Amino acid sequence: MKAPTNWVPVCTVDDLVADSGIAVWTEDGPVSVFYLPNRLPALFAVSHTDPFSGSNVLARGITGDINGEPVVASPIYKQHFSLRTGRCLEDEGVQIKVYPALLDGNRIRLEVPVVQAAPVAA
Amino acid sequence: MEHQTLIVIGNGMVGHHFLEQFCQSPASEHYQLVVFGEEKQLAYDRVHLSEYFGGSTHADLAMATAEWYDAQGIELHLNEPVTSIDRENQIVTTPKGHYLYHQLVLATGSYPFVPPIAGNDQDGCFVYRTLADLDAIRASAAQARSGVVVGGGLLGLEAANALKSLGLQAHVVEFAPRLMPVQLDDQGGGLLRQKIEDLGVQVHTEKATTEISPGAEARLRMNFADDSHLDTDLIVFSAGIRPQDTLARACGLEVGERGGIVVNNQCTTSDPAIHAIGECALWNHRIFGLVAPGYTMARTLVAALNQDQDAAFTGADMSTKLKLLGVDVGSIGDAHAQIPGARNIRFHDEQSGHYRRMVLSQDGKKLLGAILVGDNGPYDTLLQYVLNGIELPDNPESLILPESEGGAPALGADALPDTASICSCHNVTKGDICCAIDAGCTDVGSVKTETRASTGCGGCSALLKKVVDSELEKRGVEVCTDLCEHFPYTRQELFHLVKVNGIRTFQNLISQYGKGQGCDICKPTVGSILASCWNEHVLATDHVPLQDTNDTFMANMQKNGTYSIVPRIPGGEITPDKLIVLGEVAKQYNLYTKITGGQRVDLFGATLSELPEIWEKLIAAGFETGHAYGKSLRTVKSCVGSTWCRYGVQDSVGMAIMLENRYKGLRAPHKVKMAVSGCTRECAEAQSKDFGVIATDKGWNLYVCGNGGMRPRHADLFATDLSDDELIRTIDRVVMFYVRTADRLQRTSVWLENLEGGLDYLKQVVLDDSLGIGEELEQHMAELVSTYRCEWKAAVEDPEKRKRFREFVNAPAQKDPVQQWTFERGQRRPVLEVVAS
Ligand code: SRM
Ligand SMILES: Cc1cc2nc3c(=O)[nH]c(=O)nc-3n(C[C@H](O)[C@H](O)[C@H](O)COP(=O)(O)OP(=O)(O)OC[C@H]3O[C@@H](n4cnc5c(N)ncnc54)[C@H](O)[C@@H]3O)c2cc1C
Ligand code: SF4
Ligand code: FES
Repeated sequence: MKAPTNWVPVCTVDDLVADSGIAVWTEDGPVSVFYLPNRLPALFAVSHTDPFSGSNVLARGITGDINGEPVVASPIYKQHFSLRTGRCLEDEGVQIKVYPALLDGNRIRLEVPVVQAAPVAA
Repeated sequence: MEHQTLIVIGNGMVGHHFLEQFCQSPASEHYQLVVFGEEKQLAYDRVHLSEYFGGSTHADLAMATAEWYDAQGIELHLNEPVTSIDRENQIVTTPKGHYLYHQLVLATGSYPFVPPIAGNDQDGCFVYRTLADLDAIRASAAQARSGVVVGGGLLGLEAANALKSLGLQAHVVEFAPRLMPVQLDDQGGGLLRQKIEDLGVQVHTEKATTEISPGAEARLRMNFADDSHLDTDLIVFSAGIRPQDTLARACGLEVGERGGIVVNNQCTTSDPAIHAIGECALWNHRIFGLVAPGYTMARTLVAALNQDQDAAFTGADMSTKLKLLGVDVGSIGDAHAQIPGARNIRFHDEQSGHYRRMVLSQDGKKLLGAILVGDNGPYDTLLQYVLNGIELPDNPESLILPESEGGAPALGADALPDTASICSCHNVTKGDICCAIDAGCTDVGSVKTETRASTGCGGCSALLKKVVDSELEKRGVEVCTDLCEHFPYTRQELFHLVKVNGIRTFQNLISQYGKGQGCDICKPTVGSILASCWNEHVLATDHVPLQDTNDTFMANMQKNGTYSIVPRIPGGEITPDKLIVLGEVAKQYNLYTKITGGQRVDLFGATLSELPEIWEKLIAAGFETGHAYGKSLRTVKSCVGSTWCRYGVQDSVGMAIMLENRYKGLRAPHKVKMAVSGCTRECAEAQSKDFGVIATDKGWNLYVCGNGGMRPRHADLFATDLSDDELIRTIDRVVMFYVRTADRLQRTSVWLENLEGGLDYLKQVVLDDSLGIGEELEQHMAELVSTYRCEWKAAVEDPEKRKRFREFVNAPAQKDPVQQWTFERGQRRPVLEVVAS
């Protein structure tokens, strides 16, 4: 069975920066949200943590594509991570978390695993 | 025809190479192959044996797999030594049985010579030849603190390195007066000794060991003929090798006086059904203790068994190139000048620790041999001169003199004949490489697979690349200079396109001249070109995604994701009030402060969201950004100059401040540094900068294209006794010409070195205006200077731009959880383990 998840709103369209990333805080930790207006889909969300340095910086990397694969380059040691699969292009064995993202009206929602007990419905 | 049996005794490097070659030859149809190996393991790369201590396993070193032997139909008997040969009945015997042969190949290699010293067989005494030897040494080293290698030759030094890598205090004891007596002369051996001792290995020469007894301070004691002694926990004998000819002797084959199975040019012994190859074979009274000649013997024998009438072994080159304990050592041809009439050229730089000796023929036209210690740079070139008998240039000494002293360029791959041997391990000539390229290979990798060049000892890899590149170029195959997969242009070409077509955005450029979305190579490059051309704010919406994080956030990212702040302090001059502000701000935000190498103050540890607040305070106090993050002018360093210094002839501080304010913010292919010294004593180190200015009593001398950093280069004197105006005009032109024509991330030093025509050409363009663009360059610079704004001031005043500095856009109060701190010497610094794989 799939672990329970929530589609949580994390920011609005105004917060996005075209062809670049921003960082948001979720129950699952820091996540970077990228907006690549020339692609379909245009929204990507992956972990904000660079696995090579342990620092929370990936939203501040340069985006682009390598052989057609949308990527972000870590600003610290420059490895590329696929925005679709989270896989590191330079090191097969390394992968970062990927979060499904969608546009809901003006808001961006991410699918994030529910941590411990589900929040009490208000 | 009925199958005959071919037995190979010995599954070492050469025996394996023989099987590999034989299986590919027509004769393999007629033979059943059987191989006996004394060692437990399948043939492995003994040349790289020491890597076993570095973590390599047998599988890493193995020359093939059991599956390969299976697939070839070879019957493999490991851990089964042959104990005797019955030549009359053509039978070999092992502890497990008797086997009939029609042809027999001895590839039994050699064994380490252990000098007949009393006590040489106790616990703690080892040799260095097989994986089993290394296992035993490793086990013993676990309880040891020190180790001695007996023998200061090639292998001995390698063994000493191995002991060192096992954490032991390593000693080398050599009987001769110098190290590597076979390959080196006294001077070379002396230098090598000095370098090795600097690495902490103790060298004892002219020591004859008389006895090994139990030690007092360690397990063993070595007693020497001169009554001295040395205590040690283990001893590795590496006093030379002896051909493994026991079987051959016992069955009455002809052997040499000092050992070795005598073979003819076809590698056949005194018995026509028995052959010998590799280190066990004695050819023309010589044993070859290297792998390449063994491989050649193996190939010769394969050819002979295939009825090739021309098959003949004709000797081999014993030149060696090695890194011993990290020290380059090379020995080529007649290194000891034993050929009558030979003459020497020696170069010995005690400062850098380089020794080079060339041995020339009597008429000085040919190179016969050479010795190198400290730097094997010239090795490939010298070897080619020796092996191919190429005539030396008129000034042969230039081959070994350091390049800056007018040295001759390395022998171009072009100059080599087709017969030149490029890879001696696999006997690959330049002609073979050309064939491979004609057959479709288009890079070094495929040439390697096709010809096997450079897959043996690896010593030829640099030369192989040169040959491949030059041959590809000859065939008109372009070595790709595209910026990246998105733009089929160089930086210079893109600069031109942007400028000529008035392109102002990345999107515009890539849709017209590129493809895809861009990447972290082309985006910052184009960002820098756009800034050089139009000087728009780096945080203008269109430019934000182009920049490296350092440029986007106008601060250098540190290892934990925080940033550093470097306000401009032109010329290094700062008022006490401003210093106080720096202190106060640093204190308030708990920033680590350090005086940089560029005469200013760096404040480390600001989080993303703190950056605009901190800059707001600094700007209010009169500071500006220092562009420590940009590919742009960094600092103009200055000495105190004529205002205070009793020797100063001009106001260097004033000039430095003027230059810094003029060029600040200018975007360039790489960073640009300048300095101004007030007199010839040069306290500002101007000659190590991209632009260095030194005061004279008549004005200023300008030096250009210096570099510190990874590859230091002294700046070249460009113009003398310039007035203030002339100085600025000249710098304007050089800077702009650099911005327009340099490659991405190319400092001025490398740019000049690659500029066709070099310094003279640059002088013509700038001083004589040979291209007629002088005024245009000045004009362009004037525009940039007049549009300068402090980027940080623009950013803190614009709420939209400030939004970019939110760490987590949905949680302003959330702190970055990885940023943990500790205190050291009264200041805060990050704690961060690198988790990388
Ligand atoms: C802070 C400082 C060290 C210090 O504590 O003193 C420093 C720090 C860095 N240097 Fe430097 N360099 C500093 C003076 C120098 C100097 C000395 C000088 O300028 O007189 C040199 C040699 C001179 C030269 O450049 O020719 C120097 C040669 C380099 C190089 C090698 C450049 C080269 O051409 O080989 C790099 C790497 C690069 O640029 O690619 C580098 C890169 C760096 C980076 C940007 C590395 C990085 O990507 O993180 C460091 C940024 C630290 C930061 O966050 O600010 N740094 N660096 C110095 C800042 C000076 C300033 O006030 O701006
Ligand atoms: C540490 C080290 C570093 C080296 N570095 C270099 C280098 O940088 N460059 C270079 O060119 N060379 C180097 N060499 C030398 C190189 O390894 C040898 O030249 C090469 O291995 C010779 O191959 P071979 O097949 O003749 O002998 P080996 O590789 O020694 O193989 C002989 C095999 O025969 C087996 N054998 C012997 N007698 C019998 C028997 N009766 N029955 C069955 N099997 C038997 C042995 O056990 C052994 O496995 C180095 C050697 C060592 C030990
Ligand atoms: S020398 Fe290396 S470690 Fe030191 S500041 Fe420069 S780049 Fe950083
Ligand atoms: S010379 Fe040894 S691999 Fe080429």
